[in-house]
This record gives sequence, structure tokens and C-alpha cells, in this order.
Amino acid sequence: MGEYAVLTGRAIRLTRRSPDALLMALVLPVLLMLVFVYFFGGAIQGTSDAYVTYVAPGVLILCAGYGASMTATTVCDDMTGGIIDRFRSMNTPGTAVLTGHVLASVVRNLVSTVIVLAVALAIGFRPGAGAGGWLAAGGILLLYLCALSWLGAAAGLLAKSPEAAGGFTFFVLFLPYPSSAFVPVETMPDWLHGFARNQPVTPVIESVRALLLDRPYGDAPWTALLWCLGVLAVALPLCAWLFRRRVA
Amino acid sequence: MSPPGQADRATGWAIEAHGLTKAYGGTRVLRGIDLRVRRGAVLALLGPNGAGKTTTVRILTTLTRPDGGRARVAGGDVVRDRAAVRGAISLTGQYAALDEEQTGEENLRMMARLRGLPARAARRRAHELLERFALTDAAGRRVGTYSGGMRRRLDIAAGLTTDPEVVFLDEPTTGLDPRSRRTMWETVGALAGAGTTVFLTTQYLEEADRLADTVAVLDRGRIIAEGSPAELKRKVAVERLDLTLASRAAYEAVDVLLGARAVHRAPAELVLGIPTDGSAGHARALLDELDPAGELIARFAVHGATLDDVFLELTHG
Repeated sequence: MGEYAVLTGRAIRLTRRSPDALLMALVLPVLLMLVFVYFFGGAIQGTSDAYVTYVAPGVLILCAGYGASMTATTVCDDMTGGIIDRFRSMNTPGTAVLTGHVLASVVRNLVSTVIVLAVALAIGFRPGAGAGGWLAAGGILLLYLCALSWLGAAAGLLAKSPEAAGGFTFFVLFLPYPSSAFVPVETMPDWLHGFARNQPVTPVIESVRALLLDRPYGDAPWTALLWCLGVLAVALPLCAWLFRRRVA
Repeated sequence: MSPPGQADRATGWAIEAHGLTKAYGGTRVLRGIDLRVRRGAVLALLGPNGAGKTTTVRILTTLTRPDGGRARVAGGDVVRDRAAVRGAISLTGQYAALDEEQTGEENLRMMARLRGLPARAARRRAHELLERFALTDAAGRRVGTYSGGMRRRLDIAAGLTTDPEVVFLDEPTTGLDPRSRRTMWETVGALAGAGTTVFLTTQYLEEADRLADTVAVLDRGRIIAEGSPAELKRKVAVERLDLTLASRAAYEAVDVLLGARAVHRAPAELVLGIPTDGSAGHARALLDELDPAGELIARFAVHGATLDDVFLELTHG
């Protein structure tokens, strides 16, 4: 198990020392939230005060997905450089290398989540959740993070270059827009409803929002759970297969 | 299955490969490689780009499975006893396998930890290696700021955290400036001096000549010659007496005199070459015979065969 700790520490250190990635992961979500609340908020809900409460959970999800998807780039960096051969020649398991990147992604995102949450609270976000609600919302967010990070790792194993792996980030960054993250689905054109209601981000955002605001959540948390576990169930074996194919 | 370190002690071979073949797509990269390296010896695998050097290294270091043939390294089979082989070797590839964003010391400590050393021992080992490779001053700097030579030294150091039995170096000096290359040669010499078996690949004949006990010449997936540098040079023959003639007319006159005895002709430089044993007697007799008046021949030089000659002869002969 020592390898997992060593390689997680390594991946965290590499993140810390990559200033542009760090800036993007920490500052971009906060900027986006400010843009949504102050630029669009008035138009969307009449007042920016009310909108911050609606949108803050959405930004949390956006930020989680975005940060997690960077795993694609960090994994691809390792696969295209010489270091993966050295690790393998040292009998270090590939899963330890990948797990290191995923855990670093989780740590990185917990930090940016706390920052986004702090800024949201400072500008008027008033969640009404008790300890249970916070815990449940945090749990779903964590699971979503893990699922996307592993999916990102798979994308990183698939991509030929770190730049190509960055395309995955774009995809994940875009996915929350056609969902209820920033505006209610009902306000979108009819043809988009089917996708917006049933895509994986929607139940995640619905449950995190309902849990944090202490509102009825229906079966959203269960759907979110299923989606995340489903993604993990695909991403983990996919990673194992792609890794073997890549190094063969 | 014998435990690693046993079989090789019995046979004296650190590396034994028989009939290794490998194809990628339809391209046959290796067409049956046989190699043996004695414990503590240095073998240089010499060949041009695309000859199959890296594929050979990847198979011997367990990273790639051969399509056919067998190989044992440090007493373990590279396919069946992969973990044992990996425990006994180190690989320094063509591209630096280091984290640019970590310092030299952090890289070494990480490799030592991955090899199973506890934190404190890993730190101690990292310091020893930094000292040994003259990198102590740069220990706290990020590898991204290192020069090519420093990076290559750190890369080799990173493979030595647990004293491997066999060290593989894939083109250790490609892209280095002459001074760094010299330092690298000293490093390899010191490794060999300490009894480590070294398997290195190179495109440079001078390097193989300088470092290796045995040179194996690889061309298009096949070993076309193997032996000590001296043996290989003898194979091609021999020394040559190169005569530089005084004029075009002298060149033509001596060329006619020599006939089939001339083995080397460079009309542009007015040079004719004749096989020689390198003795003073032979040179004197030859000069007397060809140029009794001492007017035709301006200069002479004895030309020893270089590995370049060997290589050209073997690959294009």
C-alpha cells in the first residue's frame, strides 16, 4: 500500500507546482460564480440575492467536474513521458499510478469546493441544511468527483497527447449547462428537456441543491447515486483495459 | 522456477536471450536475437536508429513481451518471473523518466520509497546518490531547471536506489554535449567497476569501444556480429598503410605498380592504401619498392581499423 501513498503525495505535489492548472482549478469556478450571480443573476431571477442561492450548488458541481476532468491531462502526461516505463520496470502497479492521480484530483477539488462555498456564503448564499443534509450533499459531491476523476483517467489513457486529453475537460465543463445547474430546465426549449432532465449532472445538482437548501429531494439522490456508481463501474475496468493496451 | 540470483550464479550469465522475435503490425523488429552477458560485464548493443535496440531493451526489462524466444535476466525469466526480474534490474530509458516539477532530491526519494525503502532510509539513500553523482548542489532545484547532462545523471541515479544487479541504459549519451558524455562514461565505468552488469545501447562506435567488454552489432533486427571491441576490429582486418602521393602523375604511376594490392583508393586526396602488419620493416620495404628515389610519396600513415570500419563493413559488406 506504500506505493499508493507515495504516488498520491507525488500527484498532489505536481498539482501544487503547476501554477496555471492550479489557477484554473481554484480561480475559474469563483469567477464563474461571480459572473453568474452579478452579470446574469438579475436578469434570470429578478434579483441577484435570490439567484445566488439557486446557482451556488450548480457552480459547486461545475467546479467539481472541471477539476476532476483535469485528471485526464495529468494521467496522459505520465503515459506519454518516460516515467511510466520506469514505474513499471520498478514493478509499481499501474493502478497505484492512476489512483494517485485520482486521489490528488479529489484533494484538489475539496480545496476548490471549500473556496467556492466560502465565496458563495460571503455573497449571500444561505443554505438551510442541517448536519445530515451537509453530509449527504458532501457525500454525493465526493462520489461525483471520484466518478468523473476515474472517467478522466480513462480519457487520459485514451488520448495520444496531453493537449488532446484537455478536450475531455471541455466536454465536462460544458455538460452542466444543459441541466438545471444554472437555470430551471422548464425555461429551456422543449426539445432540450429530454436530455436536460435525464443527463447525469441533473440528478446530482438537484440532490445537492435540495439537500443544502433543506427542500424535498424526491428520488434525485438515488438517481445520482446510480449514475455515479454506473460511471465508476464502467470507468474502472475501462482504465484497467486501456492501461494494459497502452503499455503492451 | 529458481529464485532470482541463483541460476545466474550457477551459470555466470546475468543476461541470456535465445531467439527473441518481435513484430509490430507487419514489421518484424527483431528476427531472432541471441545474447549472453556475463555477470559484472558491460555489453554495448550497437546499431543505427530503427535496428531494434529499444525493443530489445524493453523485452529484457519485462516491459514488452517477446513474440518468440526466451530470455533470462538476473536468473529470472522475463515473462514468467517478471516481478523477480523487475526487483533485480533498473532501466534508464532514452527519455528522462523524472518529474520536472519535483526537485532532484524529491525524485530520488520517491523512487527509493517505491522500491520499498522506509522514509528515513529513502532520504539517506537519496543524499548518497546525489553526492555520488555530483548533484548535491542542485538537490533542492526542480529537475526542469537541470541541464541535459545533470538530468541524465539523475535519471541513472534514480535507477540505483536499491543497488540493482543489472542496469539497462538505453542510449545514455544521445543528445549530450562532449563533456557530459565524458562524465557519463565515467559513471558507467564506475558502475562496472563496482561489479554491476551493464547493458547499454548506443549509436556511437567510440562509446562502445570505450565502455564495453563485449559489443553486439544489431542491424535490422538481427545480431550481425559479436565480440570484444578488439576482436571485432580484427575481423575486418587489419591495419592499412595509407600513402599520400606527391602529384597526380605520381598517384597514377604508383597505382599501376600496386595493381590489386591497393585496397583503398582516394584519388581526390591522392591517397592509396595497402594492407600492412604495422611493422617498421614492412613500411620501409614497401616505400623502397614503390619509391626508390624518394620522389613520389609525400607522406604515409598507418590507419588502424575503427569500429566505424567494422560497422560499415558488416552492414554494407
